[in-house]
Amino acid sequence: MGKEFLTIYWREMIRFTRFKGQLFAALVQPALWLLLFGVAMSSNFDAASGAFSPLPGVVSIDYLTFMAAGVMAMTALFTCLFGGMGLLFDKNWGIMKEMLASPMRNHHIQIGVGLGGITKALIQVGLIMVFGLVLGVTFFSGFSAIETVMAVLGIFAFIAVFSAGFIFLSAGLAMRVESMESIQAMMTLLTLPLMFSSNALYSTSAFPGWLQAVSTVNPLTYLVNGIRYFALGDDFTAMGTHYEYTGGDIILSFIVLLAFTGLTFVFAWRAFKTAKVT
Amino acid sequence: MTDNIIEVENLEHSFGDLKAVDKVSFSVQEGEIFSFLGPNGAGKSTTINVLTTQLPCQKGTVRVCGFDVRTAPHSVKESIGIVFQDEVLDRDMTVKETLEFHGRIYSMPRAQRLEREKELLELVELEEKVDVRTKHLSGGMKRRLEIARGLMTRPRVLFLDEPTIGLDPQTRLRIWDYIKRVNEEGTTIFLTTHYMDEADLLSDRIEIMDHGKIIASGTSESLKNTLGKDMIYLETENDEKSAEISRRVSEVTEVKKTSKGLELILDADGSRVLPTIIRSIEDESIDILSVKMKKPSLDDVFVHYTGREIRTGSGENGMPKMRRH
Ligand SMILES: Nc1ncnc2c1ncn2[C@@H]1O[C@H](COP(=O)(O)OP(=O)(O)OP(=O)(O)O)[C@@H](O)[C@H]1O
Ligand SMILES: [Mg+2]
Repeated sequence: MGKEFLTIYWREMIRFTRFKGQLFAALVQPALWLLLFGVAMSSNFDAASGAFSPLPGVVSIDYLTFMAAGVMAMTALFTCLFGGMGLLFDKNWGIMKEMLASPMRNHHIQIGVGLGGITKALIQVGLIMVFGLVLGVTFFSGFSAIETVMAVLGIFAFIAVFSAGFIFLSAGLAMRVESMESIQAMMTLLTLPLMFSSNALYSTSAFPGWLQAVSTVNPLTYLVNGIRYFALGDDFTAMGTHYEYTGGDIILSFIVLLAFTGLTFVFAWRAFKTAKVT
Repeated sequence: MTDNIIEVENLEHSFGDLKAVDKVSFSVQEGEIFSFLGPNGAGKSTTINVLTTQLPCQKGTVRVCGFDVRTAPHSVKESIGIVFQDEVLDRDMTVKETLEFHGRIYSMPRAQRLEREKELLELVELEEKVDVRTKHLSGGMKRRLEIARGLMTRPRVLFLDEPTIGLDPQTRLRIWDYIKRVNEEGTTIFLTTHYMDEADLLSDRIEIMDHGKIIASGTSESLKNTLGKDMIYLETENDEKSAEISRRVSEVTEVKKTSKGLELILDADGSRVLPTIIRSIEDESIDILSVKMKKPSLDDVFVHYTGREIRTGSGENGMPKMRRH
C-alpha cells in the first residue's frame, strides 16, 4: 500500500482548518452544549436525585459529569456522520473525477477521509474534556497521573474506533447517493434515534424492553460505556442508577465497536471499489 | 504493432438504448496533435472517457501507450494526463495546493514535484497566483491551471476535452500556444472540440464525429481538398435555374442549394471558372445578386458530410455552451 492516503488526509485537514467560521463552530458548539444543556439539566436532575438514597461506599456522580461523557460521544457521532458529505461535494462539484482518474487506488480516499474524521473527533472530544473539567466535571477523580493518562488513552481508543465506524458509514453513503438532500435526510433520520435510544443523556434501565433492545444494538451506547468506565471508574451511581462495569464488559464494548466499524468499512470499501463519476 | 500511441478498434459505447459511440476505429501516432471534431452530443467526451478508463470499454479494443484499457487500466492512468470538460477544481484550495495534491496522488517524488510545479506555473503564467484559492481565478486562469495540472506528471499523452470552451478569443490563443509548446516538447495531444478553428489551427490530424460515428478523417488540408479547390457561393434571382446552368460547367463537380443560395464545388482554380459561370447565368438573363468565392474550410467540410452546420450552441435552449463554474 502506497501512502497516497496521507495526501487525502492532508487535504481533509486543510479543509478543516481553512474555514475559520466552521472551525470555530466545530470547536465551540459542543462546549456550548455542555455548558447550556449540562448546567441547565443538572440543576433539575441533581435536585431530583436528592430523592435517591445513595448506596453506601459507592461514588455518586452529578448529572453534569454523567452527561459530559454523553456529549463527548455525541460530538464524535455528529462530526463523523456528517464527515462524508465532503465526498458528495467532491463528486458533484469538486475533484472526485481527478482522484478517480488518477492511478491512486480508490480506497486511499476512504482511509484518508477516515483518518481525517478520527482526528477531528479526537480534537473536539479532547477540547470538551478540558472544558468540562474547567466547568467542574469530576472525571478522573482520585486517579494518579499514570492512571489519568491511561484513562485518556482508553477514551481516545474508543472514540477513534467509533469515529472510524461512522465516517465509513457516512462515506459509503456519500459515494452511493446523488444529491446533498438525500444524504442530509438520511443523516437526520439516523441521528435522533441514535441519540435517544442510547445511554448518553440518561440511564436506559427504565426503558421498555423493545427500546432496551434498540439500545443494545446502538454503537453509541458502547462508546458511552467505554468513556464512563475510563473517566468515572467501574462502580458509581448516577441519577439513582447503579453502574458497575467489569473489565469484560468493556472489552466486549470495544469488540462491538470494532465489529460495527468492520461492517461500515466493508460498506464503504465496496462503494469506493465501483466508484465512477461521469 | 507500430508506433501508434493510441489504437482504437470498433469501439462502441451505449447508455441504455442510446448508442453514444458507434463502431469507432482510429489511431494516433506518438507526437502528434490529434483532434476529435464534432457538435454537442456527438460522443466525443464518451470516447475520451473510455480512452482514459473513466468509463468501461463495453465493446471493441482500446490501447493507450501500449496498455489495454480493460486489462491494464492502472498503467494507462499512470501514462496519461487529463483535462476534463467540466471544471474539476477544489475551489478552496490554492493554486499551489492544487498542483501539490495532484503530484502527490500520482506518487511523484517531492523534489521532482516541486520542480515541475515551478516550471508549469511559469508556462501557464500563474506564478503570481500561487497562493490564491482557485475560486478567485478567472475562467481562463482556471483552465490554464487545469492544463498545468494535467502536465504535472509529464504524461506521454495529454487528453484535453474541449480545452477552450467558454473562453474569450485572447485566452483561447494563449491556450493554443501552450498546447503547441507542450506538443513540441514531445507530448502527444488528444483533444476534442466543436470549434472548427481550433481543430484547424492545432491539429496534425482530425476525425470528424457526428452521432457517435466518425464521418471523415485526415489532415485539415486533405479534408478540405475533398471539397475541391475552390467553392463559390452565389445568390441569384432564380436559384433553381442557375443551379441547372452551373451544373453544365465542366469544372463544377457539385451544386448544392442552401438557405442562402447556391454552393458550388470546383475542381479547378475558381478565379478562372467564375467568369464562365457568371456569363452563362447572365446569358439566360438571370440577375446575380451576390458572388463569394472561398477556399473550402472545415465548416464547409462538416456541412458537406452532415448536411447541416455544426451547432455551436447547446441545441435545446440556444445558449452558448459554457463550463460550469
Ligand atoms: N452518463 C450518461 N448517461 C446517459 N447518457 C449519456 C451519458 N453521458 C453522455 N450521454 C449521452 O451520450 C451522447 C454523447 O455524449 P458526449 O458527452 O460524449 O458528447 P460530446 O460529443 O462530448 O458533446 P459535447 O460537445 O456537448 O461535450 C449524448 O447524447 C449524451 O446525452
Ligand atoms: Mg463533451
